[in-house]
Amino acid sequence: MSSHPHAPAHESAHNTHHAHSQGHEAAHGSFKSYMTGFILSVILTAIPFWLVMGDVLESRALTVGIIIIFGGIQMVVHMIYFLHMNTRSEGGWTMLAMIFTIIIVVIMLAGSMWVMHHLNTNMMPMSPEMMKNMP
Amino acid sequence: MSNTQAATSEKPVFYLTEEHHPENSTNLGFWIYLMSDCLMFAVLFATYAVLGRNYAAGPSPADLFDLKLVAINTAMLLFSSITYGFAMLRMEKSDKSGTLMWLGITGLFGLAFLAIELYEFHHLIQEGATPQRSAFLSAFFALVGTHGLHVTFGCIWLVTLMVQVAKYGLIEDNRRRLMCLSMFWHFLDVIWIGVFSLVYLVGVLG
Repeated sequence: MSSHPHAPAHESAHNTHHAHSQGHEAAHGSFKSYMTGFILSVILTAIPFWLVMGDVLESRALTVGIIIIFGGIQMVVHMIYFLHMNTRSEGGWTMLAMIFTIIIVVIMLAGSMWVMHHLNTNMMPMSPEMMKNMP
Repeated sequence: MSNTQAATSEKPVFYLTEEHHPENSTNLGFWIYLMSDCLMFAVLFATYAVLGRNYAAGPSPADLFDLKLVAINTAMLLFSSITYGFAMLRMEKSDKSGTLMWLGITGLFGLAFLAIELYEFHHLIQEGATPQRSAFLSAFFALVGTHGLHVTFGCIWLVTLMVQVAKYGLIEDNRRRLMCLSMFWHFLDVIWIGVFSLVYLVGVLG
């Protein structure tokens, strides 16, 4: 195990790295992928604004649902076409970090809303007289 | 015998390929920062979700928000995202003046976004809808203001990088910095999707 067999190995490693980085640059996006993301974003933004500003749907719940779903889809579009997220970059570590963040965010958002809603609704009802007699 | 030697000499290959990614480790580190920033915004979103309906007999989103202005603002941020993408494409072609031009256009869109947002805030405060007025308005100004502050720092960073690129050209360091700002800029647009969907559109619906 002298340095002699080591040197070509190093060189080949360097070459594969170079080839990899070339492929990586290409994965950073092309004109076409940016335009795809842009047009999808415009559509996904325009529809919710139109729904609200034009008062299109009768049902409020349905409108809110569509807004949230379109917002979610647009976030994914941005992640893929603008931030170039994929499962391969950095050996999957960026994806792992993002999945971890999403889990924390979901727990925190759902948890806060759940707990605070129950605190609100399960609060002991208070009449003005009780309020006056409070210490 | 020669077989085992081949096996041992192949091992360092994997080790070396792992070691050879200094610029990529910056990207991963910056991504981790963005994720922690995302958690901060998530906390502000949660605050808004909890407090967003406590108007304290004050104005509600339907009374306050002008959706046309928000639509223009959203367009500004979306345009700035795509022009930053074009700047990155020019950078990959090693076209310095093209990169600078698209960065400049991105900066103008960013400044337009900030100007419209400041106009909106000024308008709200003049109407008496200050952060002190109700829990809804406190949460609103905290969330949207933090996003605006991020865009402000993004603009400052953008100008700094334009000076750097103009002075030193598209060297390896500047490419790495432009890549980081690109992630930051697109990330802010992702946050804005949450803001205009959940705060403005759902708010105006009542």
